[in-house]
Amino acid sequence: MPELRLHNLTLGYDRHPAVHHLDGTVEPGALLAVVGPNGAGKSTLFKGIVGALRPLAGSIERNGRDARAIAYLRQVAEIDRSFPINVYDMVAMGLWRRKGAFGGIGRHDDAAIDAGIAAVGLTGFEQRPIGTLSGGQMQRMLFARLLVEDARVIVLDEPFTAIDAKTAADLLALVRRWHSERRTVLVALHDIELVKRNFPQTLLLAREAVAWGDTSDVLTAENLLAARRMCEAFDDDAAACAVAAE
Amino acid sequence: MLYDVLIAPFADFEFMRRALVGTFALALGAAPIGVFLMLRRMSLIGDAMAHAILPGAAIGFLVAGLSLSAMAGGGLIAGFVIALGAGLIARATPLKEDASLAAFFLISLALGVALVSVKGSNIDLMNFLFGSVLAVDNPTLILIAGIASVSLVVLALIWRPLVLECVDPGFLRSVSRAGGLAHIGFLALVVMNLVGGFQALGTLLAVGIMMVPAATARFWARDITGMIAVAVGCAVVSGYAGLLVSFHANLPSGPAIVLVAGVFYALSVAAGPVGGLLWLAVPRRHLEA
Repeated sequence: MPELRLHNLTLGYDRHPAVHHLDGTVEPGALLAVVGPNGAGKSTLFKGIVGALRPLAGSIERNGRDARAIAYLRQVAEIDRSFPINVYDMVAMGLWRRKGAFGGIGRHDDAAIDAGIAAVGLTGFEQRPIGTLSGGQMQRMLFARLLVEDARVIVLDEPFTAIDAKTAADLLALVRRWHSERRTVLVALHDIELVKRNFPQTLLLAREAVAWGDTSDVLTAENLLAARRMCEAFDDDAAACAVAAE
Repeated sequence: MLYDVLIAPFADFEFMRRALVGTFALALGAAPIGVFLMLRRMSLIGDAMAHAILPGAAIGFLVAGLSLSAMAGGGLIAGFVIALGAGLIARATPLKEDASLAAFFLISLALGVALVSVKGSNIDLMNFLFGSVLAVDNPTLILIAGIASVSLVVLALIWRPLVLECVDPGFLRSVSRAGGLAHIGFLALVVMNLVGGFQALGTLLAVGIMMVPAATARFWARDITGMIAVAVGCAVVSGYAGLLVSFHANLPSGPAIVLVAGVFYALSVAAGPVGGLLWLAVPRRHLEA
């Protein structure tokens, strides 16, 4: 039973497709990199997968799972850094799916939160207001929150942009740990070399799927060239799509 | 001597005791709401909604005279309509919430004043604009105390989604549907407290006891619980001292309360431990790590 099944999926804004007629499956425990030029539809695809964006056509099956149960790290966090909340409470928010608005946080949960903070190397930062964190520390805190969420399916949108190499390496180790725990992980990335070294499967996206499968088969020079030729801009004069909806 | 200045007015006069209880209740209910308004950058929205209540209360006044239930009811309805209307307009049209609320509040203030002037005297108008905390009767006191109690309970209930909605609304949307409810619940609390404040302090100053202590609290605490504690304390002391000032100096009480709160605010801006201007001027050696 695949973890995710995409049926002829079209996602977009204002009737313009950003992801066009995408078909495919993601098996449980897969570690899938989603690669493509800017504007290829990677973020749009992830928003569709986590249920934040309704498809223009086609469908997404999530193996009976609630879309809200998928842990999602967005590309740009809309976090208000001036809000007076500390790292510990932000990471604790990861317990929401299990605790809701009123559930108490016991010693067991405290241990999970402490473990998450330690795994990202932020021990000692628990009482710091989030406004005092650097970019890399903020990203690590969001990873700690993901750890606390303890989800079976995890979606990361360009998690390593604008952070230093050491932090990126540490966070990548966490991704590999999730993979060894047989969680399904999807990561949107720009760094082709990083993908080749760490990700067994890749989807090369350029609004439509250019290639999807084992990384060595997908990230060939000719595929990458084909992807780069994709046009980023929406065509204001485009006609309604002729491919029949299923 | 000190007794005469600080305690005697309340010991001797029942209307002063009533006013004190009323302002304490208001302070307890409104100050925490004010802190959230400030943190969500909705301070002026609170102000706008206070004015928006006026035409509702004015219509209640026209229909039933100085009846508490009519005016409070009218005020509540007007407040909710404006809050939801401004939100809808912000979502459905290019006009952002701040501009649509500005339009609403100016129209409401003008409409309310016009409506009151149809049937009311100048004194009625003054009471609508500046409140009559020294004239609170039992029903009004019960209303204000009831609003404060409900506020505190509801705030405790929606605390977690409200905080998360302020700091990371995207995350809240991705894990729960509670964000919308928390937002509406919060707006409801704002309107309720403004209606309560309206009775005591009038439409122009009702929001004063909500926002000025909250702005003060910013300079004393770095976490939200601390901010709320400081805001409530400041509001309570401002109510007490403001009533004393109005009694001894023969000034109107609503403005006196807000002025005392203003003095605390000014002192905090100057010398508050968190970001007070004084500390910028005093050179201090930096720490080792």
